[in-house]
Amino acid sequence: MSQSMGYNTASGDKSGAEVAGQEYLAFTLGKEEYGLDILKVQEIRGYETVTRVANAPEFVKGVVNLRGIIVPIVDMRIKFKLGEPTYDQFTVVIILNISGRIVGMVVDSVSDVITLTPDQVKPAPDMGALNSNYLIGLGTLDERMLILIDIDRLMSSSDMGLIEKIAA
Amino acid sequence: MTIDMSQFFQVFFDETEELLAEMEKLLLAVDVSAPDNEDLNAIFRAAHSIKGGASTFGLNDLTDVTHVLENLLDRIRKGEMALTGEHVDAFLVAKDILKMQLDGHRLHTPVDQEAVADARMMLQSLSQDAVSIAPPPPPEVIHYSQEDAEAKFANVKRCFRIELPQVGERDAKALAAELGLLGRLSIAVLADKRQVFTLATDETADDIIAICSFILDPDDLKVTEEALSASAATKPSAQTEEDLGYGFFEPIEDLRAFIAQDAPSAPEATKQTASPVEAAPEVTAAEKKNLGRRESDRAPASSQESSSIRVGIEKVDQLINLVGELVITQAMIEQRTDSLDPMQHERLLNSVSQLTRNTRDLQEAVMSIRMMPMDYVFSRFPRMVRDLASKLGKKVEFVTHGAATELDKGLIERIVDPLTHLVRNSIDHGIETPSVRTAAGKGETGRLSLSAGHQGGNIVIEVSDDGGGLNRERILAKAKQNGLPINDNMTDADVWQLIFAPGFSTAETVTDVSGRGVGMDVVKRNITAMGGVVDIRSGKGFGTTISISLPLTLAILDGMSIKVGEEVYILPLGYVIESLQPDPIDVKEISGQGRVVKVRGEYLPLIPLYQMFDIVPTFTNPSEGIVVILESDGRKAALFVDDLVGQQQVVVKNLESNYRKVAGISGATILGDGGVSLIIDVAALLRSSRQLSDESIFSS
Repeated sequence: MSQSMGYNTASGDKSGAEVAGQEYLAFTLGKEEYGLDILKVQEIRGYETVTRVANAPEFVKGVVNLRGIIVPIVDMRIKFKLGEPTYDQFTVVIILNISGRIVGMVVDSVSDVITLTPDQVKPAPDMGALNSNYLIGLGTLDERMLILIDIDRLMSSSDMGLIEKIAA
Repeated sequence: MTIDMSQFFQVFFDETEELLAEMEKLLLAVDVSAPDNEDLNAIFRAAHSIKGGASTFGLNDLTDVTHVLENLLDRIRKGEMALTGEHVDAFLVAKDILKMQLDGHRLHTPVDQEAVADARMMLQSLSQDAVSIAPPPPPEVIHYSQEDAEAKFANVKRCFRIELPQVGERDAKALAAELGLLGRLSIAVLADKRQVFTLATDETADDIIAICSFILDPDDLKVTEEALSASAATKPSAQTEEDLGYGFFEPIEDLRAFIAQDAPSAPEATKQTASPVEAAPEVTAAEKKNLGRRESDRAPASSQESSSIRVGIEKVDQLINLVGELVITQAMIEQRTDSLDPMQHERLLNSVSQLTRNTRDLQEAVMSIRMMPMDYVFSRFPRMVRDLASKLGKKVEFVTHGAATELDKGLIERIVDPLTHLVRNSIDHGIETPSVRTAAGKGETGRLSLSAGHQGGNIVIEVSDDGGGLNRERILAKAKQNGLPINDNMTDADVWQLIFAPGFSTAETVTDVSGRGVGMDVVKRNITAMGGVVDIRSGKGFGTTISISLPLTLAILDGMSIKVGEEVYILPLGYVIESLQPDPIDVKEISGQGRVVKVRGEYLPLIPLYQMFDIVPTFTNPSEGIVVILESDGRKAALFVDDLVGQQQVVVKNLESNYRKVAGISGATILGDGGVSLIIDVAALLRSSRQLSDESIFSS
């Protein structure tokens, strides 16, 4: 997979992080803690009833109405086979803005926003479920370890099938 | 005077463009053997307005060309020379030159100065030829008083009487200074303290009005031409007398046009027919009379001039979006009030139903802003057809139908290129040369028709010619040569679709008009991108019809909501014919091909929506649920759903802006409860079902 676009974005992020620490939104999927660039997050909402989309992959739960905009909702727990997908009043949806496209991402919980300096981000080893192409690295903060996701690249990847031209 | 002119430039450019388009339209419509004076006048007025505007803005190149054009037009409309085809050609060339110059100023595109010079030469030589060929006919002279004739033909300075409304002294002085530059000016003061200028100059009345309009409202101004010998105004009473006399002959263009129109008839008759028109307004005050005449003169020619405003498209789109949201909110309120007791909340419910009506009206009104008549597209073809036909030595009669059919502005703009291509193709490949046509027993003149009309929820635009038709053998041979998958048993419809393959052209010779094989694939791609379908009908020797079916996909559509399992979907009402609960015996199984349902003696394929969309339905037996009979592209099918929910207008939201295209779904909408419902792409659904039942004619 050679997605030069995604690579450029990632390297751009890193160079920004060298100047000052970068802020990540920490969230959990199953037992693991993940982080993604806070600037990609538009808002965080509770889970509401979705409208199923015919013939969509299982992890695409459907679409919702976000103040007049139709937004697809993907469940990362199904996508990465992490944890049991339960939907209750505590289920959290992170609304992401990936270069103008709005996507909702269901996660188990959202904990906090943390700042990581570049030396706190270690290169990621190859991991099974999550293709390492989508990883920025592993962030360490005290006793915590965060899997930092390159959310731009993940959401626009053909795996997700969210964007037509790559999916087709 | 320091006025920032730049803000006016855009208005001038837009107006000039419209005037040029109008001029071209009139030129093409004009009957050379018996030109309508009203048309000639309108052409002249357009040229004149451009000239006036151009000189105001100091665009001298435009002024120069329009000036010679105007001179020639003036002679023709005055009957000093007869209109010939040569003239019309020259005028069309001049129009193109003006357009080029205009673009040069506006978009800074290069201007071909040689072409400009050529066009000027041609116009000038045409107008000089005429002097020797056709001397001014005598009746013309009788019209004018001795002095007027002098002023007109002997090139003597003219004398204008300019009556000002009551203005401040400063304005009057400024005006006097400006006018003083044009010629000899004398000032007199009327009894009611208004000033009257008398100006001897070479300029025309319009130039004077143009200058005055910087300071005054031109409608308040009264400019009359006087004979040179006549002195400045004396008394108000005498002035009315003068106006009566000279008003009739004053060379304000519209009035001149009026005289010219009646010129061929006897001069006496002219006076008689004209005088009642003049007399009526004269009863009132002098100013009013002048004003009235202006209005009546203008009315027939350019009534739309003042009745439109220019608004940025983004403002309109914003308005449409807001109304869309309003419609949703209104639907929400309506839904919430439905559960209320009608007795207890009678007044609230009445108000809500009124809101519903008002919202619907508002929505229709707003949507219509974006709609434009197809005429906007059609009107650019007569010229092209004419040029192409003469270039290729063919005779083509061009007709349009349904020019008033309205289509969304966005679609209108995108349909222009494909249509242009199709029209070119029809003339180049479709319609034969006169000799071939005669040999085939057809009239020499080919017929090319462009039509537009509504069909269900679609607009169908057809380009039709009565030429040679598509050649099946040649297309197949060419397809073989290009390595396209073919076989000899293909249906005609399949064969015709081959011409949409990239790089496909069967033209024997490549002309600069068409035949390079680029295009039809682009046409198809453009139209598919608009959600449309291209269909070809062709009969050898009888011509070809290419029909483009475009969805009227505006932001809002009438939909029927249906339910399958827990899901609610919207069917565009345009496709729905009827819905019914079939009798169990009317549902038949065809082995391996699915089921059919018998409706009024017709067997229709049954499409179970739950199977298409993989939903757990409430019913699996069609006789328990409902079948909705749908029609698209002339094919019918029965869609099996659980239940009908209702009928409502829905706002179409794009699913692809944040997600990808979903097969069988054309968009989404927001229901009254804030939930999302998907809109079914009926055409695609029927197509895919046809493929399932193996009678597909589409090779997608």
